[in-house]
Amino acid sequence: MSLRKAIESKKFIVTTEAGPPKGIDASKMLEEARPLAGRVDAVNVTDLQSAVMKLGSLVSCHLLKEIGIDPVFQITCRDRNRLALQSDILSAAALGIENILVLTGDHPLSGDHPQAKAVFDLDSVQLLEAVSGLKKGKDMTGNKLEGSPKLCVGAVVNPLADPLEPELIKMEKKVAAGAEFFQTQAVYDVRGFEEFMKKAKRFRVPIIAGIILLKSARMATYMNENIAGIHVPDELIKKIDHCDDKPKKSIEIAAGLIDKLKGPSDGVHIMPIGWERYLPQVLDAAGL
Amino acid sequence: MIISKQKGLKEILGFLKGAKKIFLVGCAQCATVCKTGGEDEVNQMEKALKKEGKVITGKAILDPPCHTVKAKQFYQKNKDALSESDGILAMVCGDGAQSIMEGTRGKKVYPALDALFLGMVQRGGHFIQKCVLCGECVIDATAGICPLTVCSKGLLNGPCGGSKNEKCEVDRERDCGWIMIYKRLKELGELDKMKIIRGAKDNSKALHPQKIEG
Repeated sequence: MSLRKAIESKKFIVTTEAGPPKGIDASKMLEEARPLAGRVDAVNVTDLQSAVMKLGSLVSCHLLKEIGIDPVFQITCRDRNRLALQSDILSAAALGIENILVLTGDHPLSGDHPQAKAVFDLDSVQLLEAVSGLKKGKDMTGNKLEGSPKLCVGAVVNPLADPLEPELIKMEKKVAAGAEFFQTQAVYDVRGFEEFMKKAKRFRVPIIAGIILLKSARMATYMNENIAGIHVPDELIKKIDHCDDKPKKSIEIAAGLIDKLKGPSDGVHIMPIGWERYLPQVLDAAGL
Repeated sequence: MIISKQKGLKEILGFLKGAKKIFLVGCAQCATVCKTGGEDEVNQMEKALKKEGKVITGKAILDPPCHTVKAKQFYQKNKDALSESDGILAMVCGDGAQSIMEGTRGKKVYPALDALFLGMVQRGGHFIQKCVLCGECVIDATAGICPLTVCSKGLLNGPCGGSKNEKCEVDRERDCGWIMIYKRLKELGELDKMKIIRGAKDNSKALHPQKIEG
């Protein structure tokens, strides 16, 4: 099922993530994504995640589409000005890509080219507005398009941001600017997510909870110390630390979280962070 | 105020390689406050360059060097010393250095400072950037705090979501600019202002070189 159809059918949406290679050999990404065709509603492709230079999201989306996957073109404001952003969105639509996810993007300082100029000509809300304009057949300055893109447009939200209020204000602006669905930062605290959902329900857009496969105690500690809105509870850290088979335990933890999120969330977005090969087992274990 | 820092002596000596006779120029305003090109620093530079075998043909502190008329007066007053100099070492910002170059009829000018930003003086030696000269001030809607400056990404519609413990994703020592704006707006009872979508900036207002005539 395509992402748009999944959203329209009000089913529990399942999306995952593919990371393009550093280089032009996309065979590993494609081989790991192949078993997901028909099993997930869509696969997001990251756009130079963490500001690390890689094969582009647009081309990777096209390659995934060729093997029967509905890709979500992630596009950040970090590297392109409004000319390039709009053009790449048109290019994606011309290639038949139907979904995009608009993000601010990590700062170049956190990546592998820290000397790069950070663009941020638009922010995520302004880019969403630009996409809404393109869908209506107009570019940002009102010029008419020959053929306009029909895109399912998503945005991101951090449900456990602290303070939450500014995050909710921005979320509301994203909805007003045209966001049709949200994918969230990784959730380990389901109760916290439920609290967020109570407040975000009024926006009436599907919210897909993020799941990051927990690979080790070290990763959990790193995320707790450095990543906004992520708090892996001690109990989960102990579980992943005190086990012999880490992938097996990680799959079990993810399946447990997914199970708990089936109630409050409209879906899950599973981010494997290098463990793409275990995604089919995560889906099996979660009964998806 | 233009905040500057002094270049290292090694770099300065590098580009002064072919110049033996040097005229030193400082600034009575910004570079004096920054302690990068005031009287003391000019005197220290004189000592350092003499030690390296340079001949100092003269010294002057302009008030300010970024005023073309002052630069021209400086030229008239020091014509002789300047004519026997191989170049001027400008212990002033880039704007001042070029004003001196024009005022002295194209004399060779070497930069001793790197101009960093338009800044506020907090106390001696402590400066902070508050404005990026964008040409389109928006602080009416952001509680008097400039989001283009305090937010590392210069976002106009709220936080990026990357802040942890209210600190910026780019620098964990620095407060998230948008959380600062949010808190201040809330204090002022003006949080509704944050809910209004701000359109994309008109970057054509900050093109360079800029010029105002009359």
